[in-house]
Amino acid sequence: MTRISLTVDGARVSDDVEPRMLLVQYLRERLGKTGTVIGCDTSNCGACTVHLNGTSVKSCNVLAVQADGAEVTTIEGLATDGQLHPVQEAFRECHGLQCGFCTPGMIMQSVDLLNDNPKPTEEEIRLGLEGNLCRCTGYHNIVRAVQHASGQGVTS
Amino acid sequence: MIPAAFDYVAPASVEDALAALAEHGDDAKIIAGGQSLLPVLRMRLNAPEMIIDLGRIESLRGVRDDGDAIVIGAMTPHAVVGSDPLVAEHASLITKAVEHLADAQIRHRGTFGGALAHADPAGDLGAPALVLGAEFVIQGAGGTRRVAADDFFVDLFETAIGEDEILTEVRIPKHTGWGAHYEKFVRVAHQWPIVAVAATVRVDGGAIAEARVGLTNMGSTPLRARGVEEALVGQPATEDAVRAAAARSTEGTNPPSDLNGDADYRRHLATVVTRRAVLAAAGG
Repeated sequence: MTRISLTVDGARVSDDVEPRMLLVQYLRERLGKTGTVIGCDTSNCGACTVHLNGTSVKSCNVLAVQADGAEVTTIEGLATDGQLHPVQEAFRECHGLQCGFCTPGMIMQSVDLLNDNPKPTEEEIRLGLEGNLCRCTGYHNIVRAVQHASGQGVTS
Repeated sequence: MIPAAFDYVAPASVEDALAALAEHGDDAKIIAGGQSLLPVLRMRLNAPEMIIDLGRIESLRGVRDDGDAIVIGAMTPHAVVGSDPLVAEHASLITKAVEHLADAQIRHRGTFGGALAHADPAGDLGAPALVLGAEFVIQGAGGTRRVAADDFFVDLFETAIGEDEILTEVRIPKHTGWGAHYEKFVRVAHQWPIVAVAATVRVDGGAIAEARVGLTNMGSTPLRARGVEEALVGQPATEDAVRAAAARSTEGTNPPSDLNGDADYRRHLATVVTRRAVLAAAGG
């Protein structure tokens, strides 16, 4: 077992973990943060995307021990004081989901994308979300939601 | 899917990492960004007893100017390399290759040295490193040595890095003012290229004065398309001239056949993708 200490959604946490424990397992099974979901388990789908020290990563492809000392933000840490994050709000407004399984990862990657590029073109949005798969193929409204969140006109 | 159990150390220096490697030998595996290794461990295609994490070694991160070369620390994440102004100015082929490597999340976590040391023949950094004449700085118990790119890639997933050694940095000779392009042929998003071509050219007076062209996934290692390079010298950067030179891109290749395409299809793609890559490089 290895002792890790990190900050998750603003709270300090400390635990003994097996080195083989994945960050996504740690978030879900130890901390109960089941908002972050496991989709493909092969690092393809991006459903498990969280922010590690401010940038997006696939949490099924990071060991919990590698996050020792880090700051992690999950989908559950985006809203503040009961107010949805603007990107969450935009996904609701534009109905950027069908079944909703990919949504946590889509939103976390969209936040990262907009941090880097606050006014992305439609093509830049599609490229920026390349690592996130929607099995319902509901990409159109997801792209609209990101456009909406960036304060730009939405493609009809 | 959960990896088999392993022990884990995260040394703070290359020396400590080398000591751990010496102690555990064949049972140990180095982890850099882990974006290729962790899927392998989860699928239990490999089950090392000890993982040595280089993630805490600060000296392995960063990009610096060293006279006639740009030096990229092995643990520098792709996203940092891709946005680095020195790399963009002096080795823009690397910038272009990183831009569409995997996806944004993996570029945040995966590292320049890790990807090269992994030596996946479909990896996007091998061909650019090869044609730019990169030098690989490898540290072992006895000190450091430099290996030329021509000697670095040995075979499928095999490099010149010894079992008791660690890749610490990669030196890229400056190609300031050269046009560059990395053209990738993929069937679906964020996948490995079926075939990709790295091209960088120096255009002088409307003609191609020097050209470097490399092929991804046309053999068990990245390959240099020397026939194309020779044929391009002195030619105008026109569609017809580049098409004729690109016909030589299959020379010396041994492409794989798999579900994405058979070897003949890849040979055909190589000529098309080479033409596109060279024309884009000469145009920009």
